[in-house]
Amino acid sequence: MSKKVIHAIYDDEEILLNSVKSLKSQGIDITEVFSPFPIHGLDPVLGLKETRMAITSFIYGCIGLSFGGLLIYYIMISGVGKSWPMNIGGKPNFTFYQNLPSFVPIMFECTVLFAGHLMALTYFFRNKMYPGSTSTSPDPRTTDDKFLVEIQIDNNEDMIKSILNETGVLEINENYE
Amino acid sequence: MYKINKNISLASTIMIIIGVLSCIMAFWLDKGGDHPFNNAWTNILFNNYFFLGISLFAVFFVALQYVAEAGWSITLKRIPEAIMTFLPYTSVVMLFIVITAALHFGGNHIYHWMEPGIMDQFITDANGNEVLNPNYDKIIAGKEAYLNIPFFLIRSFIYVFGWIYCARKLRSLSLSGDLEGGIGEKSYWKSLKVSGWFIVFFAVTSSTASWDWIMSIDTHWFSTLFGWYIFSEWAVIGFASILLISLLLQKQGYLKNLNDSHIHDLGKFLFAFSVVWTYMWFSQFMLIWYANIPEEAAYFYDRIYQSNYRFLFWFSMIINFLVPTIFLMSRDAKRNKTILIIVCSVVLIGHWINSYLLFAPGTLKGEGNLGVTEIGVALGFLGFFIKVVFSSLAKRDLDIKHHPFLDESKHLHT
Repeated sequence: MSKKVIHAIYDDEEILLNSVKSLKSQGIDITEVFSPFPIHGLDPVLGLKETRMAITSFIYGCIGLSFGGLLIYYIMISGVGKSWPMNIGGKPNFTFYQNLPSFVPIMFECTVLFAGHLMALTYFFRNKMYPGSTSTSPDPRTTDDKFLVEIQIDNNEDMIKSILNETGVLEINENYE
Repeated sequence: MYKINKNISLASTIMIIIGVLSCIMAFWLDKGGDHPFNNAWTNILFNNYFFLGISLFAVFFVALQYVAEAGWSITLKRIPEAIMTFLPYTSVVMLFIVITAALHFGGNHIYHWMEPGIMDQFITDANGNEVLNPNYDKIIAGKEAYLNIPFFLIRSFIYVFGWIYCARKLRSLSLSGDLEGGIGEKSYWKSLKVSGWFIVFFAVTSSTASWDWIMSIDTHWFSTLFGWYIFSEWAVIGFASILLISLLLQKQGYLKNLNDSHIHDLGKFLFAFSVVWTYMWFSQFMLIWYANIPEEAAYFYDRIYQSNYRFLFWFSMIINFLVPTIFLMSRDAKRNKTILIIVCSVVLIGHWINSYLLFAPGTLKGEGNLGVTEIGVALGFLGFFIKVVFSSLAKRDLDIKHHPFLDESKHLHT
């Protein structure tokens, strides 16, 4: 059997923020907030953990840097480069470090490419936004101009409703998760 | 109101005395070579350039905030406004050096292209016949339309007076905004207008000034991105000094509205411009390395293959890039005051060494040495800088009272 939830709908993010604050201060569980745009200051109120995206970005950048280095090493020095030596401004062939300045742009671009693309892909998969996925938003109006707060009910329906009404909710819908 | 700490004032006085003594020592010790006082003149010129960059960037910072209609920086606006009061002093020294170079006064032979007769192909000998000039330099003669003494001096005066005019205007308008009351709207629009003109003026003059005062030392050599390279260096040292002064004032209990987010934002700028500087450095280096044309490569040959510059060259490049990149990468580091103070100091020292290398290999060839007199003169400039900037800070209330974006800045949260 699925649980009963309340969907409280707002039309202003400031009102929503205050409402979420007072709900949290009463110790009520908020499952999810749906909004058409990011709301400044909502994350700490909801008690969400800080994103680890920066760490993944660093790791992907390191992968890109090493990939770029290995790629250019194979192409210019060890692999293909052995049978097809390139003349770079008369510089000595078959040494990585002596030709390093000309390899830096490639390594730099690989770092940016890997960090950027892999971060975007990570973001999509982390939010379950792969091809064929359906929206988890219970109300299509949250993609336009309405904000929705999903609240878990735990035998305290009346208290939740009274708090919501005090803080200026637009409408309250009951639903099953 | 801000009150100057007694220790700071004493320390700056001592530093000024050290600076004056080092200056005398520099001229006293410097007697060898073809041009006896080149070492001392280079010493003063590069130190002056370093502090000119810091104070000029402060003007640019304030103007940029107006033009971008940025609100975050309002609570710390008094700091760049105080730093820009040092601009007239460095400008006077700069003009003094430039004029003495033009007159060859006091053994000032910093600009090689100013040597008399270097652009004349023929001279008249003792018998009145036209003969080939042995000192004739064809490449320098080709640049005569731009590099001639009257035009050079006129340009220098235009830069300096344009910058100082805008700096004074922005500073006085900021004060009138505080007296105006309300949200200080009238002086805000006036400042916006001045800032717009300054940004346009600065866009051209920051490039041409660096060509004139720095690039023309290595007269045969030129780099098309030299102006941006110098600008990015000014940005790094400018942000480092704004950051250091705001941390110092915060530690002394001033600037109550300054929170961690402001410091974080300044840290981001320091990080970003350090990377921009490296990008410019490398773009300049790589193209010259790749093409390997003797005329261009001579510039790096002087810096890399002469033993007295070699270490400084790589050392300054590496610490200016690696220290800010590694230590300021994470969010927490940009909010950690100890890390910020260390990185700012390292970056300032690194760029000081780098600015020595902009001048010395050109003026002194292989004879330059970064030694005690250079550090002494730098301390003198630093003491003078501290004295001027902190007494300007003390002249006004550090907290801005009336500004359209003041509220936004107070509640800055990133």
